[in-house]
Amino acid sequence: MSDELAIQADGLVKSYRDVRVLSGVDLQVPAGTVFALLGPNGAGKTTTVRILATLSVADGGRARVAGFDVVRERREVRRRISLTGQFAALDAAQTGEENLRMMGRLAGLSRAATRRRAAELLGQFELTAAGRRRVGSYSGGMRRRLDLAASLVGRPSVIFLDEPSTGLDLSSRQTMWQVIADLAGSGVTVFLTTQYLEEADRLADTIAVLDGGRLVAEGTAAQLKRRIGAQRLDLTCVTEAAWAEVARRCGERAVHLDRTTLTVGVPTGGHAAQVWALLDAADPDRTLIASFAVRGATLDDVFLTLTGHPKETADV
Amino acid sequence: MSDALTMATRSLRLSVRSPDALLTALFLPVMLMVVFVYLFGGAVDIGTRYIDYVVPGVLLLCAVTGAGTTAVTVCQDMAAGIIDRFRSMDVPGTAVLAGHVTASLLRNIVSTVLVAAVAFGIGFRPHASAARFAAALGVLLLFVAAVSWLAAALGLLVSAPEAANGAMFFLMFFCYASSAFVPVATMPWWLRGFARNQPATPVTETIRGLLLRQPVGPHLWPALAWCGGILAVSVLLSMVLFRRRTA
Repeated sequence: MSDELAIQADGLVKSYRDVRVLSGVDLQVPAGTVFALLGPNGAGKTTTVRILATLSVADGGRARVAGFDVVRERREVRRRISLTGQFAALDAAQTGEENLRMMGRLAGLSRAATRRRAAELLGQFELTAAGRRRVGSYSGGMRRRLDLAASLVGRPSVIFLDEPSTGLDLSSRQTMWQVIADLAGSGVTVFLTTQYLEEADRLADTIAVLDGGRLVAEGTAAQLKRRIGAQRLDLTCVTEAAWAEVARRCGERAVHLDRTTLTVGVPTGGHAAQVWALLDAADPDRTLIASFAVRGATLDDVFLTLTGHPKETADV
Repeated sequence: MSDALTMATRSLRLSVRSPDALLTALFLPVMLMVVFVYLFGGAVDIGTRYIDYVVPGVLLLCAVTGAGTTAVTVCQDMAAGIIDRFRSMDVPGTAVLAGHVTASLLRNIVSTVLVAAVAFGIGFRPHASAARFAAALGVLLLFVAAVSWLAAALGLLVSAPEAANGAMFFLMFFCYASSAFVPVATMPWWLRGFARNQPATPVTETIRGLLLRQPVGPHLWPALAWCGGILAVSVLLSMVLFRRRTA
């Protein structure tokens, strides 16, 4: 294996009882990069993270993290990673500082080093003032930040973040994104899972799309967008019957269908000739479409094209 | 070992900071003692002063009540994300559980002192040497350790804290159906066999014998064997359950 890969997985397979959760997942994450595993609920994202973070053992396949095998050299891996799950791994009845110190001691730091590290992290995550308050009194955003701070106490080289911004309001999410972007700048490897396409787009160097336990695409955000065309043509129809007819004519090509706004979205390269052709194909008699708009494709479009079903609504 | 100490500090801090649970664990045994001594005591004629008879039993009940907190907190821990964090940091499950049990022991020492103080205040008069006192305390702590590990195992076994609490009420039944509060001979015949041969009776009799300067001969070894056995089985069971729950 190459020294430059922080994470390498080959053919990971995992079932719970009779349900196949992962069916052969391969991953390569270069050290010092941000990797996003994108997928809907139940795609197998958390299972993948748990296997890589040594908390679950795959039924088949192998994985190395930070240069060590996740099963045979589990302890070595654990010394070099941290995991921040979907639910804050903190004691609500301890203060922020006490939580960090506890993690510091467990990470093997001395008492003095623990105190220094806790103060440093509280400062870095803008929690110095809240450090002496119990975590129970924190807002959701503060809790997430402290949780992430707690995962950094032992200076891991690979950081796993399982849905780091699920359940956060917009402003907390943006703070979180800034924190993750800063982390990425510090040279650690970040592996995050998300249902938010925007999040993957904003943070990740490489994105892999996981659906039904399989990777359906991998690449940079730009590469993924290119796979289905850089633009999307949104057609707004005159009536519901017209909308149904246009949707039927676009068939498999439609990546966006909205009955309430009577729109159908179709990918396109964006050239006038292509748009013209699409309009003609969708509405040869020029009676069904009221207006159209061409806009940049989002990862949502990519996702829909790749997985064949719309992204499930995130539970916020 | 260092991990276990960190975990014990954590558990202790958490129990001090959940005042309602702590107050229940501390005052419920005192209330129970007062109830037994003043409400039931008058109706119980056992030939000696009832308060001297009942205090060892109350201490046992106190241990089981206190361990109930352990079952609940272990259960809550398992449901929270923090266990995954501990595991991904390579903290052994035994360290996490030992932390809970240590906190349980310390809580119980406090509640035992409280019960003893109130007992003296309302007329408990043991006549034992310092060595016998120490031996009684030793047996009691061994019992607390055994019940606390058992509670930890129960906390791992059930999925909801309410169920953990319920399981501990079931254990309290062992205290009631023993010689802790009334002599076994006064029970219906079909209960006597069970009452005589379950752990709460020899442990109560040993502590009672030590405190009241009576012979403890026939009860000491069964008491130690029960406590040791429950302790060993519970520690092993906890380790297996912890591994299974976190697999």
